[in-house]
Amino acid sequence: MHIPDGFLDPDAAAAAAVVSVGVVGYSLRRAEHELDERRVPLLGVTAAFVFAVQMLNFPVAGGTSGHLLGAALAAILLGPWLACLVMTVVITSQAFVFADGGISALGANVLNMGIVGALGVGYLMVWARHVLPRTRAGFLAIVAGGSWLAVMVGATATSLELALSGTVPLGTVLPAMLGVHALIGIGEAVITVAAVAAVMVSRPDLLTVRGLGRRAGAAPAVGGAA
Amino acid sequence: MSRRLFLALALAVAVALAFAASPYASSSPDGLERVATDKGFVERGKLHKAQHHSPIANYAFPGIDDPRLATGVAGFVGTLGVFAVGYGVARAARRTRT
Repeated sequence: MHIPDGFLDPDAAAAAAVVSVGVVGYSLRRAEHELDERRVPLLGVTAAFVFAVQMLNFPVAGGTSGHLLGAALAAILLGPWLACLVMTVVITSQAFVFADGGISALGANVLNMGIVGALGVGYLMVWARHVLPRTRAGFLAIVAGGSWLAVMVGATATSLELALSGTVPLGTVLPAMLGVHALIGIGEAVITVAAVAAVMVSRPDLLTVRGLGRRAGAAPAVGGAA
Repeated sequence: MSRRLFLALALAVAVALAFAASPYASSSPDGLERVATDKGFVERGKLHKAQHHSPIANYAFPGIDDPRLATGVAGFVGTLGVFAVGYGVARAARRTRT
């Protein structure tokens, strides 16, 4: 759902950029406190993984493709604020190096995928973790629901920006975007649950973030925690 | 498995997917492109001036004739590059702590 340049009017793009600069700037401030030494390489690896899987478009209905967004996955591994930074690193690299997603639309793309997707849904997953049963099945249900929802709220934000720009009426674009992304979101949920389950069996301590996964302290890092 | 080994393996999986699987990914339009085409605003999309000379435009590494290899190399280089940027941003953010 990377918006290219030309889809948004300059005012909408600028407004989104102002919001994104503020929130990403605050994410950097939060990162000063949330990044312990062990999480620095994890942030790099998560960004690399999100970039890689975003290249892997899978077919969905009717000659359309989708790819993993990775926002929920990043939030589960790193928490909402660091996940917002991960998405910003990926989206900015894609725009400047790969011409994927616009430059003037960069703020909107960070807003849709990094702020609404990773940060917003990340916090929603933290909240859900507190109210739902703290079981393995409950956790994976949150992962699945959060993955699907991150795609849907990103598609909703994209639709709103396109409508505010006068590019296409909301009543036209929103149902179309939600229809196709409901399917893409299912792929997102399946792949994210598989990835999180793989981390759970090998390094469950990587999931002990901000109320997600098991509580910190239950699984001290064993070996190689440099 | 040590944490460091796990992270190295995860990075290797990401690089391998980007190199070996991305050339075979679906080239159909994505959700937004599909909607933009169906609803008649796809032709508004354009490249920004700053993107006219993108180093690896369209995920095709320059100078490689075989399109699949060009995509694979773009994935390989891009994944390692994004790792470096992410690591650098995290390192820099941590360093500003006083």
